[in-house]
Amino acid sequence: MRIPALGLLSLVLLPLLLLAGPSHAATASAAPGAPANCAKADRDDGTIHVRVCLRDRRGNANDPVAGVTVRVSDLDGNPIGEAVSDADGLADVNLGEVIDVLGQRYVIEIDTETLPEGTALQNPKDVKRTTEQFQLETDYSVTFPIDDKIEEPSDWDLALNLLATGLVYSAILAMAALGLNMVFGTTGLTNFAHGELMTFGALIAFAIDSMPGEISLFGHDYSVLVACLVGFLASGVFGWLNDKGLWAPLRRRGTGVIAMMIISIGLSIFLRNSYQYLVGGENRNYSQYTDLQPYEIGALRITSLQITVFCIAIGVLVAACCLLQFTRLGKATRAVADNPALAASSGINVDRVINRVWIFGTALAGLSGALLGVTQGFNFQVGYKALLLVFAAVTLGGLGTIWGAIAGAFIIGIFIELSTLVVPDELKYVGALVVLIVVLLIRPQGILGRRERIG
Amino acid sequence: MNFSDLLSGSFQQGLGTSAIVYCLAAIGLNIHFGYTGLLNFGQAAFMAVGGYTMAMLVVQWDISLWLAMLVGLVLAALLALLLGIPTLRLRADYLAIVTIAAAEIVRQLYGSIALKKYFGAQDGLTSFSADFRALNPFSGPVDLGFVSWSKDDAWVVLAGWVTIALCCLLVWLLMRSPWGRVLKSIREDEDAVRSLGKNVYAYKMQALMIGGMIGALAGFFTALKSAAMNPTFVATDVTFFAYTVLLIGGAARVLGPVVGAVIFWFLLTFLDLFLSAATDDEGSVLIPEAIMTNQQASLMRFIVMGLALMLLMIFRPQGIFGDRRELAIDGR
Repeated sequence: MRIPALGLLSLVLLPLLLLAGPSHAATASAAPGAPANCAKADRDDGTIHVRVCLRDRRGNANDPVAGVTVRVSDLDGNPIGEAVSDADGLADVNLGEVIDVLGQRYVIEIDTETLPEGTALQNPKDVKRTTEQFQLETDYSVTFPIDDKIEEPSDWDLALNLLATGLVYSAILAMAALGLNMVFGTTGLTNFAHGELMTFGALIAFAIDSMPGEISLFGHDYSVLVACLVGFLASGVFGWLNDKGLWAPLRRRGTGVIAMMIISIGLSIFLRNSYQYLVGGENRNYSQYTDLQPYEIGALRITSLQITVFCIAIGVLVAACCLLQFTRLGKATRAVADNPALAASSGINVDRVINRVWIFGTALAGLSGALLGVTQGFNFQVGYKALLLVFAAVTLGGLGTIWGAIAGAFIIGIFIELSTLVVPDELKYVGALVVLIVVLLIRPQGILGRRERIG
Repeated sequence: MNFSDLLSGSFQQGLGTSAIVYCLAAIGLNIHFGYTGLLNFGQAAFMAVGGYTMAMLVVQWDISLWLAMLVGLVLAALLALLLGIPTLRLRADYLAIVTIAAAEIVRQLYGSIALKKYFGAQDGLTSFSADFRALNPFSGPVDLGFVSWSKDDAWVVLAGWVTIALCCLLVWLLMRSPWGRVLKSIREDEDAVRSLGKNVYAYKMQALMIGGMIGALAGFFTALKSAAMNPTFVATDVTFFAYTVLLIGGAARVLGPVVGAVIFWFLLTFLDLFLSAATDDEGSVLIPEAIMTNQQASLMRFIVMGLALMLLMIFRPQGIFGDRRELAIDGR
């Protein structure tokens, strides 16, 4: 029982060690996971060796791998020596006299051609390791774990899957962007608390979802869907409250737009930390859809959750656009956005229209936050983290325009996912924000915006 | 709970290193927002560029700290140029969005694993302050009776308040000059200034650069006060702390940020210390755990700050010293 547990431990430690670099890798082989024969040998002939251990880690095993060629060269690429691993999985390369080796650095390389059929290095990029400067007169031991060869998906397959993820993400982003742009269009306020309106929806949905019992219909469990619906409705009420309690009085006082932006920042900080006060800082999952088996359609892997979320989001977007385009309230909204004074003089109750816009826009934001929570997991800053991307989307599409918000969201969402083909995953949002700045340089009004709004 | 401890702890922060950093950041914002009406929501970016440039050049390239500071100031000015070019011709909210995005870009880049060998990723950078500490005139801890600082902190505090005094002098001189009057008139009515033949864009750009460079000074002190630079020091919220500081003291007043920083950090620390003592398991628990745990108490400062920022802007946008007529800032 002891060996597998230790093997497992070294497996867990390994990524950390790889990150930490070769100096730590040297100590790694001395860690309890390494079999005795990889440790430093008792020799006393005044030479220093590199001892490379090759271990087959498939299925939690830790078996030696024989017949693998290991080459050692200096930093300039001149070969120093090579060895083939023996039955113990050990390849031992003599570096030479202590006096020549001390203070030098070497590159250890695995010849991947000589690995057994169907296997690869556990980390395929870990073919070469560079040692630290040799300081001590001891051998340098290092272990290369070997695992099943994983077929690397081609760039096109990867792009296809990223495109699918990007589409789902964009549809969610588009709802939030539409909500932001409706409020901006009618009131001129760039609402920096919009991210918290999104989180509100996710929070309500989470609260409903974590209540005991489940909501089922015809034998199916619909708890999360119902929770999202409640989040949507509650967000509408929250939007009404926001407007009646804060923004409508400020409008009546004639507070300037800049002052309102700073107030929205204050509201954002207040709400975000209140959420953390209520639910804590951890990342949590909703009760359903966390561990889904994806459908495979050709090279495309997509889960039923992704399809459902995409359909809901697109449905809501289409409904919202139809409402804005064809109903009396929608026409009134567009009239107020165009020219509030003219709208008021033609008999539209501007304040009531703005109130409806707040309700509707916040409900959209809340639903978007809830769906974001379902797909990515919920925490108190799920909306805050998306806020800048929503801004990027509306700026790209055109501040205050309806179609611009949706187009911008799709461009930004797909761009973020596809950009991971070239930039590291951790920097994918940075790319989107750089796009935002570049767009302002080239076409400040955005793709679908109008010139007169920006000056 | 010991109230004299609470008070001295609060004074310690109100006059100490944190107040200095936010005071400098707010002086920079005062030039942007208070005098010129520019809505810079990314002062943290300027602080990050200042602090990280200084730390990185000393740690990686081993150049003199003072030269590194100079480079930091130049880079902060360049960042202002970069952000100003696309946005200063547009309405105020574009600058706000771009600067807040820039702050996030800068923070994520400095914290990224891809650039770890330059900026140390999440671990940040340390051991760059030797040149600064070598000039320390204090040989031991400094005790002023109600506050006391360690030897290193006392030197940061002294250098910080001297820097603040110099910055205030600079702002005072600038704003009584014809240049400063143009800035204020841009804030009041941009079109009127343009009709007088002034190049509004250039003036705004100069204001953005000078304020950004003072922001970089704040970044230097952020790094020096803890002898480390770290992405969490320049989170997006730092900018809004600085806004609160500025609005408490009064925007468009030379001494506004100074008064604001002292009051803000005094009150914030007092609240923090009080709540953490009131919810602490060890002492007498004033607030039951069901209402507020110790962990939740540490969030109260942000909740109160957000609320304070809102209420200040709604009810007293001119702060303590400001002139309401001077702050009739409107959207443009």
